[in-house]
Amino acid sequence: MQNSPSYAIESNDLSIHYGAFTAVKGVNLKIERLKITAIIGPSGCGKSTLLRSFNRMNDFVPGCHATGELLMQGQNLYSKDIDPVEVRRKIGMVFQKPNPFPKSIYENIAWGARINGFKGNMDELVEQSLRSAALWDEVKDKLQESAYALSGGQQQRLCIARTIAIQPEIILMDEPASALDPISTLRIEELMQELKKNYTILIVTHNMQQAARASDYTAMMMIDDQRAGGVIEFDDTKNIFTRPKDKRTEDYVTGRFG
Amino acid sequence: MKTQTPYPQGDAFHASLRTRYRVATIWQILFLSALLIAIVALTALLYKVVDGAFGYIAYEYKDDPAEFTPTPVNELTKEELLVILKEELSSGAYNKLNNEQPMQERSQADLLNLFLERLVRIDTKGTWSMTDSLLHKAEIQAEVKEKYSNAKLEFRSWLTPQFLVTPMSSKAEFAGVRTAILGSLWMVGLAILFALPIGTGAAIYLQEYAPKGWFTSLIQTNINNLAGVPSIVYGMLGLAVFVRTLEAFTSGSMFGVTDSNGRTVLSAGLTMGTLVLPLIIINAQEAIKAVPDSLRQAAYGVGATRWQTVWHHVLPNALPGILTGSILAISRALGESAPLIVVGASTFISIDPDGPFSKFTALPIQIYQWTTLAQSEFHAIAAGAIIVLLILLLTLNASAILLRNRYQRKY
Repeated sequence: MQNSPSYAIESNDLSIHYGAFTAVKGVNLKIERLKITAIIGPSGCGKSTLLRSFNRMNDFVPGCHATGELLMQGQNLYSKDIDPVEVRRKIGMVFQKPNPFPKSIYENIAWGARINGFKGNMDELVEQSLRSAALWDEVKDKLQESAYALSGGQQQRLCIARTIAIQPEIILMDEPASALDPISTLRIEELMQELKKNYTILIVTHNMQQAARASDYTAMMMIDDQRAGGVIEFDDTKNIFTRPKDKRTEDYVTGRFG
Repeated sequence: MKTQTPYPQGDAFHASLRTRYRVATIWQILFLSALLIAIVALTALLYKVVDGAFGYIAYEYKDDPAEFTPTPVNELTKEELLVILKEELSSGAYNKLNNEQPMQERSQADLLNLFLERLVRIDTKGTWSMTDSLLHKAEIQAEVKEKYSNAKLEFRSWLTPQFLVTPMSSKAEFAGVRTAILGSLWMVGLAILFALPIGTGAAIYLQEYAPKGWFTSLIQTNINNLAGVPSIVYGMLGLAVFVRTLEAFTSGSMFGVTDSNGRTVLSAGLTMGTLVLPLIIINAQEAIKAVPDSLRQAAYGVGATRWQTVWHHVLPNALPGILTGSILAISRALGESAPLIVVGASTFISIDPDGPFSKFTALPIQIYQWTTLAQSEFHAIAAGAIIVLLILLLTLNASAILLRNRYQRKY
């Protein structure tokens, strides 16, 4: 079954299990190309687990496996002939806590490119990626210094630059601003609006205002009585925050619980 | 109105507080005394070693130096000594010495030792510990004068630069630890060459690749247990496997070395390597575990394979920890003596080890050998050798600490 070209990735009854326990159950999401989709929900509802299943990061968790389909250009990313390394090459990831490599700023970007067999001009790629991540002006004079000398917000933008350097199609962001101060958070949000022109973005966030401000679509997740998380509502962000269909979504976005 | 409370108030509270402080003080005193006992034990150990390594020695010359030269012994120059040795030694003995190291190249101190050992022939009458020498100087002088009228009494340090570079000798006054130090270094070098790559490889596999399951836990438990197996057991293993079964390899006969059996420094190195292997694996595993997962995820996130992640990120960041662990393993190997006795270290050998197939001795073996001899001067040089060994061990441990502090990373 071919998925419509306007969708970057599409999940089809996707469930994620830890051994016998089902953590996320029956997710059907169609992620639109060049849009920002936010995943919100209370703690422990499986937001991060779902996000990580999109680039098969969960493969490293012992006992974790997925059932159902995750389709990208008609191909199931969980089928046996797909190499997870290839998936991660196409679907980049930015983590909750900034995690630059303990190397120079330059190397942080060049490494990913190099291991993926990049043949172009490395200096250009580094500059371009840093510019796209709105970090170039701050670091252009200290490219050889350690990435650890940067502030938390700068480190997170470096991680974004590192991700876009390998030119993925989709960028996953796992609460990218939760460890940052409000000003750095704002800069990341502005950056996301820029990146949207070239990349499809999927973001997990705890911050309701962030989802409302920054995203085009929002998926609301909640756990059921078997403690399995699932998407209970998926719609335009505007609809989710102004006239949600599900009572639980309404309670959550209005701050009545969670 | 005063409400009822289940807690003591006023005087009752103060009384219970005093009891609590009293109990605390008693425990504090107990902990302090435990610390003091440890300090006293360590100090006693150090004192005993140092006490033996310095002190009076009473000796006689069997032949008067004046028979060979009119110059007083401590004013002899290198040239004079060369002439005397050439003339007075039998040509066979002279040629043998010349073959070991050309006489012209030897130092004045070395030649003087030869002169005293071969021609004048010192005869030690007695030695005294440092404490005795300092506290009972008069009594010792009187005793020596009465018993040995010709003897000279001298305060000497048994630990001298000469002691470090002189090979083994049957006379304590002229013996040194050169062969033992070289033997120890060869052995430890071979051990680490064998154990470091294998240990690090095993640790990487266990930490980064092995699936978590009962089989991996079983292996892990066994590695932890192996680290606690008594060293003599490793000695038996070394004897059976390296000395006997693999004799063709360890004696070098498959490489054309003919004058040797399996009791070589290579066998000892491999045995010590097996002994420290579990230590190296455990230490390397800890170092690899200390590399944060966020770093691995960062690498996977940009499309790295498992091997690229390990090679470019995990290993470089774990390396200081792995090296620190190996240095500690080296010091363990350096101090072990039981396996070497079983594997067959030579107790008397004066030729430097010059390759993996050499016969050898090691510092702990040398120390053990000297302490078992009856003459008190051997106990004195054993004390000197212990100081050498301790300094070597402390230097290694210090470098391990320096390495750790230097490369400690913040993530």
